[in-house]
Amino acid sequence: MPWIDACSTTDIDEEDLIRWDHAGQTFAIYHSPDGDFFATAGLCTHENVHLCDGLVMGNLIECPKHNGQFDYRTGEAMRAPVCVNLKTYPVKVDGDRVFVEVA
Amino acid sequence: MSKRDYSLFGPDAKRAVESGLTAAEWYHTEVPRKVMKDLMARSDAPAIRDTIILYGSMIVLAGIGIALWPTLWSAPFWLAYGVLYGSASDARWHECGHGTAFKTPWMNDWVYQIASFMIMRNSATWRWSHARHHSETYLVGRDPEIAVMRPPEVAKLVLNFFGILDVIAFFPRILKNAISGPTPEERTYVPQSEWGKVQRVAIVHVSIYAATLALAVWMQSILPLMVIGLPRMYGAWHHVMTGLLQHGGLADNVVDHRLNSRTVYMNPVSRFIYWNMNYHVEHHMFPMVPYHALPRLHEVIKADLPPPNRSIAEAFREMWPAIKRQVMNEDYYVRRDLPPTAKPYREDFHQYVPGMMPTAAAE
Ligand code: FES
Repeated sequence: MPWIDACSTTDIDEEDLIRWDHAGQTFAIYHSPDGDFFATAGLCTHENVHLCDGLVMGNLIECPKHNGQFDYRTGEAMRAPVCVNLKTYPVKVDGDRVFVEVA
Repeated sequence: MSKRDYSLFGPDAKRAVESGLTAAEWYHTEVPRKVMKDLMARSDAPAIRDTIILYGSMIVLAGIGIALWPTLWSAPFWLAYGVLYGSASDARWHECGHGTAFKTPWMNDWVYQIASFMIMRNSATWRWSHARHHSETYLVGRDPEIAVMRPPEVAKLVLNFFGILDVIAFFPRILKNAISGPTPEERTYVPQSEWGKVQRVAIVHVSIYAATLALAVWMQSILPLMVIGLPRMYGAWHHVMTGLLQHGGLADNVVDHRLNSRTVYMNPVSRFIYWNMNYHVEHHMFPMVPYHALPRLHEVIKADLPPPNRSIAEAFREMWPAIKRQVMNEDYYVRRDLPPTAKPYREDFHQYVPGMMPTAAAE
């Protein structure tokens, strides 16, 4: 699996996320309050809404459409109306760059 | 003139999907991410304060009502209690259903369950219907929460000021839910994993009503029902009044909330009861902004919205004649002018008319 250089560590505020599009796919990259980075699929599993407009609270991302929540570290669906887990992708930080291993 | 079919299984439901209307992206006013993050921030304090005021007032008002029962002196206390029970619960149900009222999830869940009971909605069903209402607001055949169907049946609207039709619809439905889970229509928007919960909630609701009724029979008095059940009728008027204003007389089958929702400036008492849902365009555009931040959101985006109605009375003066016109012409709707600072309305799907699929949309 290729590691793709996605963004700089400073592109994402702590406790926030950005949208990242690559090879026709859309992803969400998160900067947790602990300073770690994570990546998931970019669209909510409920109705395909971009999660980048949502709210990061601790380890949760809240979808902007119906307030469904996922744990972005594991992709687990945490709050209705989301029922299907979110796909997650490995992330590594090298210097000030964030790399995502895209499947 | 087109004929609308509001059934979730009907031809308009099918056409809304086929024409791409249900998959369309809704219009959003641009708000800088930092500002939006600040607006979305959660907090327990405002909702704890409001919940203490609400439940505290209800206990006091019901207590005085019971003490003065059965004299006429109890009437004003019941009327005030009724509005908190039969109307404020609608707003609590709504905000806590979104999960935005409190920061702490269990607080949202508790107030949501209590409010769902008071407003006579199965908490496990209506969460899903409301999700659909947000994805497909006023799309005919798709939105299960359309308050004013066209052509409007004015008599029904008036009856519902006393909750009559809602309550009549509620009891057979909750009994069916208690016996066999969600109805076939509910199964179109409630995922199967939740069907058991629909049934369990219904059993709890039915049990509480049965116990209240048994107490009333035993006491040979309607007093227990004045506290539980009947206030959903005698106190419903406020939530119906404000609820009709949300979308009444405005466009349907559009993907721009500025065309189908209404923001109305209201007095502080109504805003407390309604938990700021008078900022309704704002709420639909950005459902993750909690009720207490809606006035601030309004200030941020108002240059991109049609001017709000200045009061409940003024909003009714706009809506009521439109509803009456829709009785004869169901395609009629009020289209408000946007200020020069606003982006134009999203017109992409406005050609879609229920009952007639235009070629452009069908392609
Ligand atoms: S689209 Fe994400 S919760 Fe509905």
